[in-house]
Amino acid sequence: MKLTDLKTGTQARVVSVVPAEGVAALELGRRLAELGFLPGEAVRVVARGLLAREPIAVRIGTGTFALRLFEAACIRVCPEQTPAA
Amino acid sequence: MEALSGAQPIPLVALVGNPNCGKTALFNVLTGSRQKVANYAGVTVERKEGALLTPSGSRVRILDLPGAYSLDPLTPDEQVTADVLLGRRAGETAPDFVVCVTDATNLRQNLRLVLSLKRLGLPMVVALNMTDIARRKGIVIDAERLARELGVAVVETVGVKASGAKRLIEMLDSAAIPARAAGKFEWHTPSTADIAQDQAEVRRILTAVGADRIDGVTFSDQLDAVVLHPVAGPLILAAILFLVFQAVFAWAQLPMDAIKTGVDALAGWLGHAMPESLLKGLLVNGVLAGVGSVFVFLPQIIILFFFILMLEESGYLPRAAFLLDRLMGSVGLSGRAFIPLLSSFACAIPGVMATRTIQNPRDRLATIMIAPLMTCSARLPVYALIIGAFIPQRTLWGGLQLQGIVLFALYLVGVASAMAVAYVLKRAGAKARLQTLMLELPVYHWPNLRNLAIGLWQRVEIFLSRVGTIILALMVILWALSSFPTPPPGATGPAIQYSIAGHLGSWLAVIFKPIGFNWQISIALVPGLAAREVAVGALGTVYALSVTGENVSGALTPLIAHSWSLPTALSLLAWYVFAPQCLSTLATVKRETNSWRYPIIMAAYLFALAYLGSFITFRVATALSSLG
Repeated sequence: MKLTDLKTGTQARVVSVVPAEGVAALELGRRLAELGFLPGEAVRVVARGLLAREPIAVRIGTGTFALRLFEAACIRVCPEQTPAA
Repeated sequence: MEALSGAQPIPLVALVGNPNCGKTALFNVLTGSRQKVANYAGVTVERKEGALLTPSGSRVRILDLPGAYSLDPLTPDEQVTADVLLGRRAGETAPDFVVCVTDATNLRQNLRLVLSLKRLGLPMVVALNMTDIARRKGIVIDAERLARELGVAVVETVGVKASGAKRLIEMLDSAAIPARAAGKFEWHTPSTADIAQDQAEVRRILTAVGADRIDGVTFSDQLDAVVLHPVAGPLILAAILFLVFQAVFAWAQLPMDAIKTGVDALAGWLGHAMPESLLKGLLVNGVLAGVGSVFVFLPQIIILFFFILMLEESGYLPRAAFLLDRLMGSVGLSGRAFIPLLSSFACAIPGVMATRTIQNPRDRLATIMIAPLMTCSARLPVYALIIGAFIPQRTLWGGLQLQGIVLFALYLVGVASAMAVAYVLKRAGAKARLQTLMLELPVYHWPNLRNLAIGLWQRVEIFLSRVGTIILALMVILWALSSFPTPPPGATGPAIQYSIAGHLGSWLAVIFKPIGFNWQISIALVPGLAAREVAVGALGTVYALSVTGENVSGALTPLIAHSWSLPTALSLLAWYVFAPQCLSTLATVKRETNSWRYPIIMAAYLFALAYLGSFITFRVATALSSLG
């Protein structure tokens, strides 16, 4: 599923980073990787913005980043099986 | 000069690290107040260099490179860091030694940069910073093991403690920093797969040193649950912004009045003590007035930057940007533009200086460009004079005062046109490409007083030494324009009428006729370039009033109410909404953008808007009054 579809507070792991097509996309993918959005890393949505639920604050590993929706939509995640919270 | 030929060149050590790793705090501990803040040539990225005197008495230059996530630059900050490290930045010597600063609580992110730097082959040491916070969180990192795994020396540091860099200093002392290896460093942009491989290595190292741990819900998270909450978040933000606005607007009033009174008193004393002469004119009306108009901004700048540094150090500022991103983004501004624009309501000068917190250079420029459209407090005396003279004191339904509504409308027109200009700038810019955000929200910290004081002092120093000197020079020039040539013997009009400013004014009167300004207004606008409120005093001079100071406005009110038409008055109000009648702002823009280009563009577009706005106002008001 896309990171944008992940429920706030649910633990997940990054599966892949798939930027949309275009030259800028390649750079976007690399940039997300440089911030730590890499396969296998733990990820969680911390908060969402008020207007149009944008931007979203995402915990990746031990850091937190605010992303726009188009950025977050590139990130595919898989929710962790955690004990029901 | 001492003979330098025999001496060893002073080694240059660069601090490199991710943003928010506590690098600047460590830099402050290493160099104390021995810092020089400037800009890198050709860009607006701040260059901070300091000197470290090691216990053995040798000198080391320390360069605090801008924060970077990688050596493949995406921001101007990262460009500078990469270029300096690779020795390809003109005018900068490549560092002899690198201290890679890492946040011990966030090694998972920070170690990738260490691996990149290691690949680069520069001699380096890793500073394991914020170990105090890590320890409090129960993260104990085996530094020796980390050094073995990385193959690079590692020292623990605490950037917020004066003694926190002891081991690092010892190392920089004894390292007898090797002479830099000749030749250029090779760097190949890694692919995403390369980065993933680095991350696998980071995970392996973290497991080995016993730091492979991800906290569940932290204190910062609990705070964020409230601060970033869709309802509570904006309320908290509004409260904080209100406090900042109040402080800049109201708290600064007392010291500003004190500075004005002090300068006036000094001018008055000089006026009595010195015989009437050219020198006296220069001193009192040129230099002293100039110095006064520089210092009068200081209280606002200090108060504003105190709050900005507090918010920045604590980690709140990026959260505010998060909350406002969507709102400001709709007109093409960054969420971080809010504080600079808000403080521009008090004065555009601290506002423009505050845009340093906006990292994206295009966003920053757009914010600088529209800052003067926020109605600053210096416009109030002009507004008050004209509204008092022309807008009847009438109470409308609901107890609203007509005069108050007009004033509010003037503020609103300023804000609306700022948004419109921002929107046009966004459209005119590069093809509507999706702007990335990728803004780090660092863990909350208590602001460190020492860092706060150093940061505040640097702002004050920059303002006084760079902006202040330009403002002072402009004030003296303006005084000369308004004083020379002196009136011929037997002249009857006010002295200013015979000066260059007076002649300029009478030429301007031709240009300003279509928007309804008479020659008195046109002349007053010339010295009024010094600062908006000066125009009131200048009008007093032109109308040859004998009163001075506070009483000018009172004496002028019936005079202009009598001699100006309502369309002229409204036209002048419209003029003041837009016109860049403030050389100090333009001087600040020159300093902050490092070029004359932007202040010139700014002045041109604001004058054009002002002329257009006044023209429309004058014509419409004239048409309406002939109807009525």
